[in-house]
Amino acid sequence: MAPPRRALLVLAALLFLSLSLAAAAAFRSDELLLNDDDEFEGVGARPSAPSPAAAPAVSSSRRRSADAPLPGAGESNAVQFTLEHDLGGGKGFVPAGTFSARLKTLAHVTQTLTKLRFTRNDLTEDDKVAFKKLLQEDGFYTIRLPSNVLDTTKKHNVVSSIKARCIPRDSLDEHIVIHMDGVNILAVNYGSVGGCQYPRPMKLPSKWTFSSYTILKTAEQAPRTPSFADLLIEADNGLGEVMKPPEKSFWAKYWMYIIPLGLIVMNAVTAAANIPEEAAGQGQPGAQRAPAAGRRR
Amino acid sequence: MAAPPRRSLFVLLAGLLVFASLATLATAIYEDQVGLADWHQKYIGKVKQAVYHSQKSGRRRVVVLTEENVISSLDLRSGDIFWRHVIDNNDPLHQLSLSHGKYVLTLSSGGTILRAWNLRDGQMIWETNLRTSTASDPQLHVMSNNKVAKDNLVLVSAGRWIYAVSSIDGAISWEKEFSIDGLEIKRILQSPENDVVYALGLAGSSKLALYHLSAKTGEILKDIQESLPGGLCGETVLGSDNVLVALDKARSSLLLIEFMGERISYNKVHVSDLVQDLSGSFKIQSLSNGVISLQTSSSISLLKLKGTDGLEVLQRFDQPAAVSDSLTITEKDEAFAVVQHLGSEIEFIVKFTSDLSSEIIREKVNIDQNRGNVEKVFLNSYIRTDKSHGFRALVVMEDHSLLLIQQGDVVWSREDGLASIVDVTTSELPVEKDGVSVADVEHNLFEWLKGHMLKLKGTLMLANADEVAAIQALRLKSSEKNKMTRDHNGFRKLLVVLTKAGKVMALHTGDGRVIWSNLLPSLRASRFGGMPSALRICQWQVPHHSVMRENPSVLVVGKSGAESSTPGVFSILDSYSGEELNSMKLDHSVVQIIPLTLKDSSEQRLHLIVDSNSNAHLYPKSPDALNVFFHEMSNLYFYSVDIQANVIKGYSLQKSCGLNLGDEYCFSMKELWSIIFPSDSERIAISETRKMNEVVHTQAKIIGDHDVMYKYLSKNLVFVATLSPKAAGDIGSALPEEASLVAYLIDAVTGRILHRVTHHGAQGPVHAVLSENWVVYHYFNLRAHRFEMAVIEIYDESRADNKDVMKLILGKHNLSAPITSYARPEVAVKSQSFFFTHSVNAMAVTQTAKGITSKQLLIGTIGDQVLALDKRYLDPRRSVNPTQQEKEEGIIPLTDSLPIIPQSFVTHSHQVEALRGIVSIPAKLESTTLVFTYGVDLFYTQLAPSRTYDSLTDEFSYALLLITIAVLVGAIIVTWIWSEKKELRDKWR
Repeated sequence: MAPPRRALLVLAALLFLSLSLAAAAAFRSDELLLNDDDEFEGVGARPSAPSPAAAPAVSSSRRRSADAPLPGAGESNAVQFTLEHDLGGGKGFVPAGTFSARLKTLAHVTQTLTKLRFTRNDLTEDDKVAFKKLLQEDGFYTIRLPSNVLDTTKKHNVVSSIKARCIPRDSLDEHIVIHMDGVNILAVNYGSVGGCQYPRPMKLPSKWTFSSYTILKTAEQAPRTPSFADLLIEADNGLGEVMKPPEKSFWAKYWMYIIPLGLIVMNAVTAAANIPEEAAGQGQPGAQRAPAAGRRR
Repeated sequence: MAAPPRRSLFVLLAGLLVFASLATLATAIYEDQVGLADWHQKYIGKVKQAVYHSQKSGRRRVVVLTEENVISSLDLRSGDIFWRHVIDNNDPLHQLSLSHGKYVLTLSSGGTILRAWNLRDGQMIWETNLRTSTASDPQLHVMSNNKVAKDNLVLVSAGRWIYAVSSIDGAISWEKEFSIDGLEIKRILQSPENDVVYALGLAGSSKLALYHLSAKTGEILKDIQESLPGGLCGETVLGSDNVLVALDKARSSLLLIEFMGERISYNKVHVSDLVQDLSGSFKIQSLSNGVISLQTSSSISLLKLKGTDGLEVLQRFDQPAAVSDSLTITEKDEAFAVVQHLGSEIEFIVKFTSDLSSEIIREKVNIDQNRGNVEKVFLNSYIRTDKSHGFRALVVMEDHSLLLIQQGDVVWSREDGLASIVDVTTSELPVEKDGVSVADVEHNLFEWLKGHMLKLKGTLMLANADEVAAIQALRLKSSEKNKMTRDHNGFRKLLVVLTKAGKVMALHTGDGRVIWSNLLPSLRASRFGGMPSALRICQWQVPHHSVMRENPSVLVVGKSGAESSTPGVFSILDSYSGEELNSMKLDHSVVQIIPLTLKDSSEQRLHLIVDSNSNAHLYPKSPDALNVFFHEMSNLYFYSVDIQANVIKGYSLQKSCGLNLGDEYCFSMKELWSIIFPSDSERIAISETRKMNEVVHTQAKIIGDHDVMYKYLSKNLVFVATLSPKAAGDIGSALPEEASLVAYLIDAVTGRILHRVTHHGAQGPVHAVLSENWVVYHYFNLRAHRFEMAVIEIYDESRADNKDVMKLILGKHNLSAPITSYARPEVAVKSQSFFFTHSVNAMAVTQTAKGITSKQLLIGTIGDQVLALDKRYLDPRRSVNPTQQEKEEGIIPLTDSLPIIPQSFVTHSHQVEALRGIVSIPAKLESTTLVFTYGVDLFYTQLAPSRTYDSLTDEFSYALLLITIAVLVGAIIVTWIWSEKKELRDKWR
């Protein structure tokens, strides 16, 4: 009777395990979003493989064509938004790159972006001149993104700036952190990849291409406030066995008093033993004095 | 021979040690220490209504209603508060009345709550909730001498409702809702026979309705309606028993409406015919017997009503003046008072309405110039010793102070402007010129010894009750803490406060007395039209080195009107005397005031004022300041939080502003970064930043296992909390699923979001405090049904490899490398949340001179007390079972809620009613911080978060020490003599 039941139990456990595994697999992307803040694909115009197409329009169309064959129904899910930059000189913002991502609707209505890709447009000669000027002036290089990736018509933009001199290393290294809340872009943090030393030295990049790293970030959830009320109730009911510290032995408790006491006693004993000796050894003056005192009184 | 002195030295040292250990034992203060270092002052705010006790009751009391939503009973002889209730701000009080001579009735919350209070002790007798649409101007009418019912009925009108409430128990005896839409009852009158109640109402702007109601049942006996061409603005007064005087819509003429006849008839009178130089708005006030006062911005005219035929000007006061309501003296005589300014004096005139040409009293009263104009007068009469009528009046001044005038003298005054403090700063006192010896302070040695003997007795618990009282008095009297000079420990300072009325006052921290006060002319409402508002007070000049001889000064910034685009006003005051050194009317508005850390050569602090056109203006406007500023301009960044637009933006400055190129002190702003919160899911609730003057002692924190954590100490750290739109309302208005709070830590230079965390099921209101590398915020947890406090600590990971001592020795560490915000910070965040029992009004953190002393959070609780909570309780590293190392470090085992220890209420038994702000000011003594809390009341105390480890307390008995030393020295000498004698004896043996 017992072995089959146990086998059944094992089977059930296995089934449950596999189910939960399957569930975990099904929710994989979900968990990824929650835990993995820095989901990114740092695909960009790498210095080693600069994109052959120079015109920005070509680059963006290429991205779209690349996206299209992959998922069958993915066309409606794909989202694109542009990054614009301001190279100073009063020219204002001009498109500088394109983000493409896939929009994912989670179980509870909220939409999130995944698989973010970023393509930088190559800098034109004018841009390079403007950038050089910016470097000389120690000016700000400013970028902006639409505040909502779906509705770009609202004209609300999140802006981020950095001193232009922080960017150049070998190439132009940039690090973009996009803080998302559903489909809203809350903020974008633009920075250099490494540190930015101060005072900032004037330095021209050896390659006029951007190497970009982008990170999508969503909010962390605060852990629940620990509550010990349940534990206390449990303790009151006697369910939670309160471990009492084992009773210490007499010696363990009082050794610090006993040892000095013993030392004192020993000292006293030796002292007591010594007195007669002393009296015997150098007894002459003492013996002389003592009777004298005795006589006086 | 050399041994005894050395031994005495040792004994002395030992004695000192014993005393020092005794002195630091005290944690909370003892009962007899209350009031030694702290003071508490009670205020009520600007009085808007006052009713006197009736003559017969024999008590000299007045009940007042104030703009701070306080109802209080004051002693007419001294101005002391008998009792006082501070009502919550969401329950605004509108009307005050007396009934039966023993109840005080108040009507609040737009006419929906009627309460009766016991006149004698202020206890609430009853409260009645009335179902009305809340009206802006509800009316309260106590029916007099009602023979219909046994008790007096109280009539309450709000909107189109009338309620009759019994004044004995608050039961509603009848209610009536009128059917006309948009009707607002303006006046309730009684017929002389008391059986008919007349209700006069306005519907819309032009329709006047009069109802005759039965006083017994509320049944409508008659109703008359009449349309008035031209419309009314809603302001009406009762001219006489049957004539209503109303202002028309254009506010240019008066309508005299006769309403007692069969139908309503009216007549129109142009105000410009009565008063020539009419400019701006005016106000009408009814006295009795057909006398009306018309107050314009510059004058007061007394008008006499001639039926509905017209009005006649009887008298005119061209000085700024105020008129009281009429007061019934005898059956036919009603008196009223006019108070007008005559130079530095005010003139108190009492007249009968029956005969305006004669005056009963005309007295001149000398008054402090810093009180401004008279705003309100409340007349009261009394019977003189010769049985004639005497008059006195409560006068409310422009600075919100309250005075009692009687027999040509100010009997008492209350500085009630201090109930509405807008901002606080501090100033040091002047340095003592010459050293004052002990003998000068303590009058003579005998007195000094006697005092110390008393203290000694007290210490040894030998003192009897009288002596204890004497000790207490001695302590309070000790002039040390009230001196007008700087002290060694930095306890004596001036608290410079700015009140809503535009008055600047300096309070001494020793006892809270007002050292000087100045009602700023630039912030006075009179004659300018607009209502100026005081915004902020900051330190302008704190002399240190080169200009040591000069007095410090403070800057007061205000606006000359209510709108954000109105030009600002600037005023610089001497901190020692209160004298106005400079006053400016700015040519731009004031949206944001940014005190910079920069100072010019005369040590004036540089300030940036941002106006509504997004330009920044530099002050002071001197080439010297501009030089200093240009030097640092490229490193200056600032941010603005726009709660309306739900956006935070960061800026840098650019030379030359767009509008006027000639102004070199004006700069344009370049937007560097922005954070846009999605309005449908998040609304900005609060933003907090570190205090500019905060001092941090150590950058690193050594944890139990001798590891080092580096604090992320950036002055540019900003904490922002957003709430989901539904969670911003009252608790209970949103479900836990709909409510959430998102906490952000933002670097204000680059706009980088360093940390972002969501609390689901959290609800406002949010209170936060940011200090060093941590932020503590307080909110309500809807899921746990409890308030919570969360802490976030932020640590710098990029410096974690600095721990190597070898590197430090070899100089390969990067501790001295400049830090730039443009480098991407590697931060680690630790957070934890705890339950907290109280809701919170205000939060602050203790600040000390060097930042060594551990910090305490100062939490203003809903009970209007201040709780000092050790920051150690809000440590994210607390765990349920801390290891031995962590215990040694001082980590408290984790509990789910924060403890509230009754002894840690710094306000001990006092309440700081309507607590709004807590300010912590470092003293020079590192262990001590000065705490000033303000609301309607003021409270000041000294706090030592880690006990006074660096000084002996005031309690320290020097006499006991001296006596001990003397006795010991004596004993040493005696024993020495003995031993010498013995030795001699032995030698002779």
